[in-house]
Amino acid sequence: MTRKLQTRDTSWLAASRTRSAWLFLAPMLVILALVAGWPLLRTIWLAFTDANTLQLEQRKWIGFDNFLNHQDGRWYGVLADPVWWRSVKNTLWFTVCTVSIETVLGFGIALVLNRSFPGRGLVRAAILIPWAIPCVVSARIWGWLLNDQFGLINHVLQSLHIVEHPVAWTADPRLLMTSVVLVDVWKTTPFMALLILAALQMLPKECYEAALLDGTHPIKVFWRVTLPLVRPALMVAVIFRAIDALRVFDVIYVLTGANEQSMSMSIYARQQLFEFNQAGYGSAVSTLLFFIVALATIVLLVATRVRLGED
Amino acid sequence: MTHIASATRPVVELECKGIVMKQFSVLCSLAVLVSTGCKKSEDGAVHKKPTEGSSAASATESIELSISCGSVGKDYDVCKEGVEAWSKKTGHQAKVVSSPTSTSEKLAVAQQLLGAGASDIDVFSVDVIWPGILGSFLLDLKPYAKGAENEHFPALIANGTIDGKLVAMPWFIDAGLLYYRKDLLDKYHAQVPTTWAQLTETARTIQDAERKAGQKDLQGFVFQGKAYEGLTCNALEWIASYGGGTIVERDGKVSIDNPRAVAALDLAGSWFGTITPIGALNFEEEEARGVFQSGNAVFMRNWPYAWAMAQDPGSQIKDKVGVAALPRGDGDATRPAATLGGWELAVSKFSAHPAEAADLVMYLTSAAEQKRRAISGGYHPTLPSLYSDKDVLAASPFFANLADTFKSAVPRPSTVTGSKYNQVSSAFWNAVHGVLAKQKSAKDALAELATNIERLKGPKW
Repeated sequence: MTRKLQTRDTSWLAASRTRSAWLFLAPMLVILALVAGWPLLRTIWLAFTDANTLQLEQRKWIGFDNFLNHQDGRWYGVLADPVWWRSVKNTLWFTVCTVSIETVLGFGIALVLNRSFPGRGLVRAAILIPWAIPCVVSARIWGWLLNDQFGLINHVLQSLHIVEHPVAWTADPRLLMTSVVLVDVWKTTPFMALLILAALQMLPKECYEAALLDGTHPIKVFWRVTLPLVRPALMVAVIFRAIDALRVFDVIYVLTGANEQSMSMSIYARQQLFEFNQAGYGSAVSTLLFFIVALATIVLLVATRVRLGED
Repeated sequence: MTHIASATRPVVELECKGIVMKQFSVLCSLAVLVSTGCKKSEDGAVHKKPTEGSSAASATESIELSISCGSVGKDYDVCKEGVEAWSKKTGHQAKVVSSPTSTSEKLAVAQQLLGAGASDIDVFSVDVIWPGILGSFLLDLKPYAKGAENEHFPALIANGTIDGKLVAMPWFIDAGLLYYRKDLLDKYHAQVPTTWAQLTETARTIQDAERKAGQKDLQGFVFQGKAYEGLTCNALEWIASYGGGTIVERDGKVSIDNPRAVAALDLAGSWFGTITPIGALNFEEEEARGVFQSGNAVFMRNWPYAWAMAQDPGSQIKDKVGVAALPRGDGDATRPAATLGGWELAVSKFSAHPAEAADLVMYLTSAAEQKRRAISGGYHPTLPSLYSDKDVLAASPFFANLADTFKSAVPRPSTVTGSKYNQVSSAFWNAVHGVLAKQKSAKDALAELATNIERLKGPKW
């Protein structure tokens, strides 16, 4: 009898807890639905209409025509536009380059900062500066530094006789993407370093003490102890960065504008939506962008889970 | 900030203020229509002499307007001076909002604001290519102009008239000009070039000789080569001067894929790395002027505003600069061609104070203000009467000589392509940019471009 009462009590308690949990969650869920869910659904829905940004009300359902359609022997739609595919290529190249360079550099910096040395607090604070500057501002600064006519970098390179003529970093199509990648690496490496540093500082000391006792070579310690232990945190950082990089807009737009040679998927979407007023077509592009980012995230998550399972 | 000037203003507009969601924009614009309708009749009763800017008399308290001028060169300062003079005269406040330097980005901002029915900006400065795109969001200024529009160039008034409504008042007129260094041309006994081939030759000779003499940073020719509307203006000049048409002709025919256009782009492509720095692929107006004004270029293509800047007391090239018409192409049936540009002022349909905003527009486009702007900023007036004005000619001596350039300026195909102009222009500048960056040959790029523009055109424009 008492037991029965007890279970009823606990189930009542559990139910009440669940209720209050939902109650506390509700405001967040409602706000999320309003600011994330609704715009997302609306964008996906607009992607199937011929809406114009200036006259959003006058629209009709056109099915998949924004994505792909065939008329008079020619293919139309986002998927048939070479500029879109160019922007996909640019974005993927940008993502792979920046994320891998930032991960390697960030790891190195984190390992250094994990040692204790005089002035470490100061260095840790200083390294955050690039990350703290608003992206548009830092991209502008780099635009001026890299300028071929009055930029500081060309001036230095020329006075050191490394180059004879100024290099057009943000204009030469062969260098455009490299410059963009460099600026992004400068800006975002601190973010990676910080996340990895946080993970390093959580590592249990015993493993290292054991390794020390065994007389293991430091490089082996890194591969066999440090890397496996920080891998979960590292993967989170990589996924964050990859999602961010796939949506890149500001660095590229500020440095080079709406130039097809360096256009990213977001720049392409913005141009369709706000310069060409094609709300329907632009929404189709945004929808594709959303699914590409979602897909990349799932692939990364699954890949890391599989690898983690092997260890 | 928003002050309700009159008790007769309908309440429905107040409700619409907070609503930004697109679904309600129909309701919202209806409300605004109602309120502007009321406002107009109110004005008719109160303002007997709107040309005198007497709107201050009607309201006991002053209101605040927002105006978006340009940000290129002296745009902001000269505009602000005019706006302040109007404030002093009428007692109303007007805030000058700064805007992007690139016209393509300015348009995107204007479209976003107007498309959302936002009342944040009352007066917009609009590029001559925009009235067709933005017309339905702009107020008909005819009732406020009271005949003042007849003093302007008729072609500009026609450009600002959409469906019988005068949506934009001409403010200043632009055309591409060739700026050259008088001192350097004299030093090498060179003539001002009249063909592009001569320009190429002269630029190379002077650049090479000066570089040998120690001025390592000297460039032969700079212009606007970034992938944006400015490149469309520049490239249209090259192509039109070669007799290669205007991308899309007035009858709607896509004409860009022709041998003369290819010849023009081939020549322009040859400039990069010889007389033009590769960096010019990322130059807007101000970057080009920066190089020229610091004494590092022999020739520059730019708009008239650069003259006043070059003649500034602090300028390194003061009194060393000449201005001429742009060169013509080589061969027969060629002509000097300058792209027609210019800016107009318009009042947003969503403005809370349309009468005062229209009054500001009328003040800024008046003969007296345009004269002041011509003298202090070198802006070309839109009133023919000012071209014989002594004070104006004294400030910009080339005004008289270049009258023909302005009269025969080449318009961009914005009328015929209508709301698709932006897409046509973007396809064009990207194709040209590809050629200049040596990614494609001019022949292939233009053939591909013609196909793309045909695609945009569909069955008809």
